[in-house]
Amino acid sequence: MSSVLLDVKDLYLYYSTRKGIVRAVDGVSFKINRKETLALIGESGCGKSSLAKALLRLLPRNVHIFKGHIYFNGEDLMKLSESEFSKRIRWVKISMVTQAALNSLNPVIKVGEQIAEPLIIHKGIPKEEALKKAEEALSLVGISKIFADRYPFELSGGMRQRVIIAMALVTNPDLVILDEPTSALDVLTQANIMNLLKKIKREVDISFLFITHDISLSSELADKVAVMYAGQIVEFNDAEEFYESPLHPYSNMLLASVPTLRTDKKLAFIPGSPPSLIDPPKGCRFRPRCPHRFKKCYEEPPLVDLGNGRYVKCWLYAGGE
Amino acid sequence: MENNVLLSVRDLHKWFYLRRGLFKGVGYVRAVDGVSFDLQRGEAIAIVGESGCGKTTLGKTILRLYKPTSGNIIFEGKNVTNLEGKELMWYRRETGYVQQDPFGALPPFMTVKKILEEPLIIHKVEKRERIKRIYEVLEEVKLIPVEDFLNKYPHMLSGGQQQRLVIARAILLRPKLIVADEPISMLDASVRIEILTLFRELQKRHNLSVIYITHDLSTTKYFSERIFVMYAGKIVEKANTLELLKEPLHPYTQALIRAIPDPDPNNRFILRDVPPGEPPSLLDPPPGCRFHPRCPYAKDICKKREPEELEVRKGHFVRCWLYA
Repeated sequence: MSSVLLDVKDLYLYYSTRKGIVRAVDGVSFKINRKETLALIGESGCGKSSLAKALLRLLPRNVHIFKGHIYFNGEDLMKLSESEFSKRIRWVKISMVTQAALNSLNPVIKVGEQIAEPLIIHKGIPKEEALKKAEEALSLVGISKIFADRYPFELSGGMRQRVIIAMALVTNPDLVILDEPTSALDVLTQANIMNLLKKIKREVDISFLFITHDISLSSELADKVAVMYAGQIVEFNDAEEFYESPLHPYSNMLLASVPTLRTDKKLAFIPGSPPSLIDPPKGCRFRPRCPHRFKKCYEEPPLVDLGNGRYVKCWLYAGGE
Repeated sequence: MENNVLLSVRDLHKWFYLRRGLFKGVGYVRAVDGVSFDLQRGEAIAIVGESGCGKTTLGKTILRLYKPTSGNIIFEGKNVTNLEGKELMWYRRETGYVQQDPFGALPPFMTVKKILEEPLIIHKVEKRERIKRIYEVLEEVKLIPVEDFLNKYPHMLSGGQQQRLVIARAILLRPKLIVADEPISMLDASVRIEILTLFRELQKRHNLSVIYITHDLSTTKYFSERIFVMYAGKIVEKANTLELLKEPLHPYTQALIRAIPDPDPNNRFILRDVPPGEPPSLLDPPPGCRFHPRCPYAKDICKKREPEELEVRKGHFVRCWLYA
């Protein structure tokens, strides 16, 4: 029933820096179905934002290796030239909402014109028509049309974030990457934006890749969950199973460290800190912090397929040993 | 009972003077606008609020990093509101500060040893005693073995280790009061709880009073005895931590609690009932109750008169006309 929209296979993105090669995305594979939201969870520096940038091919100059396959609607995006990618994919089929975007609206251009811009630039739609579509996008995110004629400084933080979301939706993309879309916002404003995204998810034929470090927040949107640790996806699971009984020891401990308001659980923390992406530990990268580690963990763990599209990168599930 | 109070804050105001354009004249940002409370010895309170509600200013004013506009701060029975010179030095020694960004709080060109030695020199502690004290605090915050850390610079430490160092510096002079302003919001999820747990241990061991300033209501449950909720420069509700989370009285507190998700796969199917809009400007807050433009229960009186603080249940205070 659900058809695959995005199928990432063996994606690698390394940067070269003065300190060495940073393995930000290190052999990542996952799928996103149509109308589905995948939450990508990970701590800062685990490579989740690099993964987002790789999907939109917004790469810095110091890229060392960028290889693998990104099948989107069945087509391998890695085979497209930059001009083709920019014309047909970036902001047309895949768009992005970032946390930094809040301050990246152009202060001297009216809100409506900024929302219309991707239509004019990427789709070549005449300005008048584009402005009309921009107004439609504004009302979709719950902002009155009259604000199309205002400047960004006249809007509050929450409204500006809605404008950014409108900008990402205006071209009718198949996939929107939400990279920490609310982390600069207050609690109540964040809840309002989440309500908005839930409504869009229901009403619009769209998939989200929701990137966040906030596990509680991820459950506001996630149908599926991918957990990233030190450049690799260590668990891919359904939301129902993940928030109740996660598979990977890292996911388990991460969830145990989340303070909750409504339950009486005891908090635990993960000793140590995340490894460097320049020189990650041999074998399983979580091994130095893992309470279940054994001899086998010095070897690279396989991706163990647990059926129904769930998998985990951990020797505990490899069996036989 | 009375002598167990370490800190009393009475009708504290901190307004910042602001020029509003060339011809519009001047105004005041009323960051802290009439705050009163008592803090017991060994008690941890959490001050919860959204950005711009004045919670950081309140913390800094209590520490006398800002000079109060009006009101009184009584510490150990002594009025510290207007202390200066030597006496202010004494108050500095009795208080400690942990701020949000640990790296920003540490001088990048000083080693761990230097960073910890400096306050001891300023407060005229003898050399032999200084080294001993540095070893003690580093062991307390578990930066061990101490020798491995003494000659490191802040950038060589992880975020969690940097925050431990900041905590070590805060407790170095054996203060009685610590103000911790968002001490974990810059840290990774997996190390946050570790830092808060360490903090709680130190607080219990040394009978420290702690003012924990945060926007994150979900951590308060584990790390504070009482919660104060702040909105637009005022404390709108004060209660025991568990009681406040279970039976919040102020509509703002209720909304805050409703807005925060716990990890639950069913969250994606529900819309949260939260008020629209955003907190008011502190330059020109609305008349009456400051929450009234966003409040679903707002009555006529809420728009006109400011609600007084009412003790609705024992130890549970709220500023809201619904309970008058």
